[in-house]
Amino acid sequence: MTMPLTGSTFSGHASPWFSRVAVAAVHFFLLILFLQNVTVDFWSAIPGFVFIHAYSAIVLVYWSRLDQTPAGDTVIVTLTLEFVLIAILFWDSFSAWPWSTLFGLALVQICAFAAVRYWSELRQAPYSAWFGLIVILIYIMVAATAPIIAPFGETAIVGAEYDEWSDKHLLGTDNLGRDMFTRLIYGGRNTVGIAFMTTVLAFVLGGLAGLLAAAMRGWMDQVLGRTVDTLMAIPSFIFALLILTIVGTSVPSLIVVIAVLDATKVFRLARAVSMNVVVLEFVEAASLRGEGLWWIIRSEILPNILPPLVAEFGLRFCFVFLFLSGLSFLGLGIQPPTADWGSMVRDNATLITYGDITPLLPAAAIALLTIGVNFVVDWFLHKASGLKD
Amino acid sequence: MPQLGRMVAQRLALGLLTLFIVSLIIFLCVELLPGNLAEAILGQAATPETVAAFNRELGLDLPPHERYIAWLINIMQGDFGRSLASQREISELLGSRLQNTLFLAAVAAAIAVPLAVSLGILAALYRESIFDRAVNAVTLTSISVPEFFVAYILIIVLSVNLGWFPSISNINDGLSFWEKVYRTALPAFTLTLVCVAHMMRMTRAAIINLLASPYIEMARLKGLRPGRIILKHALPNALAPIINVVVLNLAYLIVGVVLVEVVFVYPGMGQLLVDSVAKRDIPVVQACSLVFAATYILLNLLADVLSIMSNPRLLHPR
Repeated sequence: MTMPLTGSTFSGHASPWFSRVAVAAVHFFLLILFLQNVTVDFWSAIPGFVFIHAYSAIVLVYWSRLDQTPAGDTVIVTLTLEFVLIAILFWDSFSAWPWSTLFGLALVQICAFAAVRYWSELRQAPYSAWFGLIVILIYIMVAATAPIIAPFGETAIVGAEYDEWSDKHLLGTDNLGRDMFTRLIYGGRNTVGIAFMTTVLAFVLGGLAGLLAAAMRGWMDQVLGRTVDTLMAIPSFIFALLILTIVGTSVPSLIVVIAVLDATKVFRLARAVSMNVVVLEFVEAASLRGEGLWWIIRSEILPNILPPLVAEFGLRFCFVFLFLSGLSFLGLGIQPPTADWGSMVRDNATLITYGDITPLLPAAAIALLTIGVNFVVDWFLHKASGLKD
Repeated sequence: MPQLGRMVAQRLALGLLTLFIVSLIIFLCVELLPGNLAEAILGQAATPETVAAFNRELGLDLPPHERYIAWLINIMQGDFGRSLASQREISELLGSRLQNTLFLAAVAAAIAVPLAVSLGILAALYRESIFDRAVNAVTLTSISVPEFFVAYILIIVLSVNLGWFPSISNINDGLSFWEKVYRTALPAFTLTLVCVAHMMRMTRAAIINLLASPYIEMARLKGLRPGRIILKHALPNALAPIINVVVLNLAYLIVGVVLVEVVFVYPGMGQLLVDSVAKRDIPVVQACSLVFAATYILLNLLADVLSIMSNPRLLHPR
């Protein structure tokens, strides 16, 4: 294949012809995807159109800024076209879920871009980190494209109760005759999605409060600190059960309750690490310069405490994930008929006493993800601490 | 010693204050959070008269501070009120279940603590060896998996396939001590697996931390055997963090029983709490939360005091 050599001397120029063609091809693929739905579902197609244009623009801009090498471009284009090819081969199921297809494609491209951008660091990553990264990637991919992969509907009853593993039902059926494999895929989407949102909310609340406490000190620090101390004196699982009894178990209340309880731990960490930064000279210089509180937090403190916070995000996610599946396992978390890994174990636990391991698959899926995230966090911490082995 | 007494008294007072605030929070949760108790219990269709009668029966028509004081005074006299669902005395429900839960936690601790400490010492002794890595990997895995996964794996292997232990630990007061231990074995193993990792890693880290210090090097230069160095020289100085993490894990054990009790249908506090949450039986949930929180605070306090006692340097902070 002939292509213009774009070494480091060329970086900053517009992307070579073949990346432009690729972006255009993907653009038209997405247009077709949404266009063929326009008669069926007009109002979901409209935001789709807007989104496609924004998406293509972002890809184009990011790509032209990326430090280009022919190899990197080839990786990105190949992966993208691979996804498009698969989508065309299985057009029926992909075209029925345009948004899932779009997210799947976006995910593939994000991964490709990230892999090219951080290749030098990824190459030195240990096997455990690679394992973790691949596991996380597969989970996100499955979560994004759940309706496309799943052979049946999330809550559809498609057979007898507790069917054996067979060609029709890959992992058999559950206590109500729903397809286990389908439930497993949708359960991943729901559990991981809710755990992720909860963790994000916990970080926004806890991180912001911690930064505020460190930056303002004085009474603010005291009030926030003592509140958090008191909240932490009650074991969080018990506290969550107490609150959920009163407010009831709906998904929004689950997210808010777990996020607030978890934010206390984020607060501790964020406050502790930013305390070390606040006392440094450049922060003092900024405040003498007359910068506002928000500016100091955002541009002076935050960039310096990011690595420990990112690592903590991974660990907190694992914790929230286990917490949530624990609640669901008790029947107090995500409520049926929504598929969810914790409640799947509980609903089919009867099978375990007959030596059938099918009900353990969702639990194993939970375990695999937490182990994967732990591996990646380990690697990240090792890298951030600057240790060389 | 008088300093130690003062320190302990100080911590105890702080613990009591925390407990008081916690009781206030547990009580106020019902007040402040959205959600109408009467409506939740009686259903949407309840007439205003039934709701009013329900509120009067529970004393919900009184102002909050009066109710809180009455509630607190009753609890100090051992009266937790009545359950909404079964109308039984809560203290009666709690009594035997608290005993069972403490029994389970004690059996688990009796296995976990010696195991974790000896594994930690061995891992420190043979650090960077295959043994160290294997123990590390296994313990790390066991903390990143959900408790119910560990529990069911144990059921499949030890109960269904090998038939060594019963998969349901149904215990009552009529059983002999060893029979009870036998029946609680599986839940105790589960709890052990879940909490050994943290204790073991802390033990290992605390000992390895000390190995670089000059007095250990001196012992090594004298020609002492590595085992003796670790047991006689390093361990006494590493005791403070080890005791701390052990007691903190005991606190975790008491709280972590909830899931394990449900898996093994063990008649303990956790099971009671979960059942009551499902029935929205708020007085029972409050009572359970209070007992759990009190245990948790007490054990945290104990960890504090013990680590101060085992390290005189903490008594005289500079």
